[in-house]
Amino acid sequence: MDKMLIVSANPHIRSKASVTKIMHMVNLSLLPALFMSYYYFGFRAIFLTLVSVVSAVVTEAAIQKFRKVPVTVSDGSAILTGILLAFNVPAYIPWWIVMLGSFFAIAIAKQAFGGLGFNIFNPALIGRAFMLASWPVEMTSNKFWANPVASFGAKTGQTMDAISSATPLNLVKTALKADPTQITCDILSKANDAGYAGATYWDLFVGNVSGCIGETSFLALLIGVIFLMILGLVNWRVPFFYIGGVFVFTWLLGYDPVFHILAGGLALGAFYMATDMVTSPISNKGNIIFAIGLAFFTVAIRIWGGYPEGVSYSILLMNCAVPLINKFTVPKKFGCVKPVKAN
Amino acid sequence: MKYTFKGGYHPPDGKEFSEKKSIEKMPLPKTVAIHLHQHIGAPSKAIVAIGDEVKVGQPLSEAGGFVSIPVHASISGKVKAIAKITDAGGNKSDAVIIESDEKDEMFEGVGIKVDYDNFTADEIKKKIAACGIAGMGGARFPTHVKLSPPADKKIDYIILNGVECEPYLTADDRLMQESPETIIEGLKLMMKTVNASNGIIGIEKNKPDSIKIMTDKTSSIDNIKVIDLEVKYPQGGEKQLIYAAIKKEVPSGGLPMDVGVVVSNVGTANAVYEAVALNKPFYERVVSVTGESIKDPKNVLARIGTPSSELIEFAGGLKEDIYKVVNGGPMMGAAMYEMEAPVHKGTSGILCLSKENAKVFTELACISCGKCVSVCPLKLLPTDIQLNIQHGKYEESEKLGLLDCMLCGTCAYVCPSKRNLVHWFNVGKAKIAEMKRKA
Repeated sequence: MDKMLIVSANPHIRSKASVTKIMHMVNLSLLPALFMSYYYFGFRAIFLTLVSVVSAVVTEAAIQKFRKVPVTVSDGSAILTGILLAFNVPAYIPWWIVMLGSFFAIAIAKQAFGGLGFNIFNPALIGRAFMLASWPVEMTSNKFWANPVASFGAKTGQTMDAISSATPLNLVKTALKADPTQITCDILSKANDAGYAGATYWDLFVGNVSGCIGETSFLALLIGVIFLMILGLVNWRVPFFYIGGVFVFTWLLGYDPVFHILAGGLALGAFYMATDMVTSPISNKGNIIFAIGLAFFTVAIRIWGGYPEGVSYSILLMNCAVPLINKFTVPKKFGCVKPVKAN
Repeated sequence: MKYTFKGGYHPPDGKEFSEKKSIEKMPLPKTVAIHLHQHIGAPSKAIVAIGDEVKVGQPLSEAGGFVSIPVHASISGKVKAIAKITDAGGNKSDAVIIESDEKDEMFEGVGIKVDYDNFTADEIKKKIAACGIAGMGGARFPTHVKLSPPADKKIDYIILNGVECEPYLTADDRLMQESPETIIEGLKLMMKTVNASNGIIGIEKNKPDSIKIMTDKTSSIDNIKVIDLEVKYPQGGEKQLIYAAIKKEVPSGGLPMDVGVVVSNVGTANAVYEAVALNKPFYERVVSVTGESIKDPKNVLARIGTPSSELIEFAGGLKEDIYKVVNGGPMMGAAMYEMEAPVHKGTSGILCLSKENAKVFTELACISCGKCVSVCPLKLLPTDIQLNIQHGKYEESEKLGLLDCMLCGTCAYVCPSKRNLVHWFNVGKAKIAEMKRKA
């Protein structure tokens, strides 16, 4: 045979897993959540997601061209950042803010660090932090939050623009600011007073509440993450200990733990942001520490902090701690036992 | 009770190609190239000259030290040359080239039954050394050295490795089914040499026929038992097998004898029996010739030094263009530079990979998914070690346990970024060895 044989180090077979497959599977798993956001917030949710994804992909391709490195937008990671960023904004935010947020997420949080695998922080959350710092009114003011209406609600004469209202966590924050001693306030009845006719745990669970377009439906996000867990792409320890930690901490402090789990962006954060492989610890032990830290900061910000929601900042804070956690959770090597004495 | 270890991964095993194929004798090769150095330790020294007539089983060399073994002629004929030949690992080293006289005459005493019942431990070990027996699982460590622990190390167990966790390979599986008695006899001989009171034969659950036969054949022997191991790579790693069998961890940097164990391949046990009872040196072995690209995958009994291309020919030749030929299994075998590279004492398989399987991947950045960490059977941090080596921080990689790494390749197998982890571990190990030599 004249042809040269290929010679390489072992192993000579490789699994079918690839970064591209992982990213596309994660994107796919977000479809139920996207559907629910369309269901509750209408076509605007789809539009904002599209704006964000297109902006992320174009930014990534442009920067990679500029850096003269292979353009890797087909690996799906920019699409994922785009979707997650859009899921983090209120429905009535001007679309160009989302576009800029997505640009910032990819350009600064991801490509400036060297691209996929080198970023320290979750790009989508940096994008969100950037938008929150630059356009605080648009990101938080009540008039940009949409009260959920099943999109077909429009047919019965309701228009989306007619209704906007505070998120459940905003109501908690307002109540706490008014009377810090009132720590056992009955949130759901408060929510009802504020215009949520019949807001229940079930509404929080399925996503029938005001909030960022992709975060409200615990159910849809749960379906997505279970799909990822079955594929082995999500370490169950992070969501389990994160959500479990929030439950325990809020319960110990005398709040309604079920409400705190279902409300706000905890599901999106615990299932999709905190589990981002690049920015979470490597070992299982590290992931558990990471998740408990997340729970602590989330509850601390929600209860004592200035913001109604603490998920995104707690994840960014814990992202900083990942190298340290990795350093202190190096697994014990096999065979590092005391030498067995000869009989 | 579940016999297994923590970590690991089960790749598609590809055993279906050859697991039902009985071992077939290869036709005699026209020429063989027998490398003088085909074991771990010092090379052996040639004792034949060009032009010498040799017979099957005749020693061609003598051991070059204690950790060394001789090689033997695998065919009868004339020594044509002693020259540097590329071996399966791609290195050029001295080999004795014999041209066949096609008579296949046996050297004096070879293959004659010996009454070995009264052999002492030392006599058995001497016989094993003289017959050039080395570990047939792939590592090729001289067996008599393994069986000579220092006086303060008491050996309680001999564990026979019939795990064959490498995908595709079926040589050990077939051998266990076709000559269980000789394997068991070999095990008894090894137990005698180190005065071990227990023998364990470990077989992965995906070889039910072998488990059944070996269990039946050992049922009347009190101190030998067969255990069925969970199907997971690298279950056949020495440390993993010991842990699975007796739940003891071989200390980092230590040897199995530190926990009172000697591990040996089932093929080696068979060779030990043949050496002691039949006075038969190590000149042939069972090889699985397999892979998607082989027309008629087979398990063959091949003479040491036979060109691999002849084995491929014997197995019906190739279905399609091949791009990679592996000596050994796909996880730890060596990619060969030449199809003609000769079969050596550790050649458990000749694996032919098609274009699709031999694909060379582009290495992407690590995304810290942690898969490599969760599968590492030695609980190391493969990604961290690799990055340290890549950036020249060899001391750091050593601290993280690079020297514990046995290069099993499980991490690289599962890596979604297709990082060439084992390649870097090789680089790091070589650099550390170099630094130690200089120090």
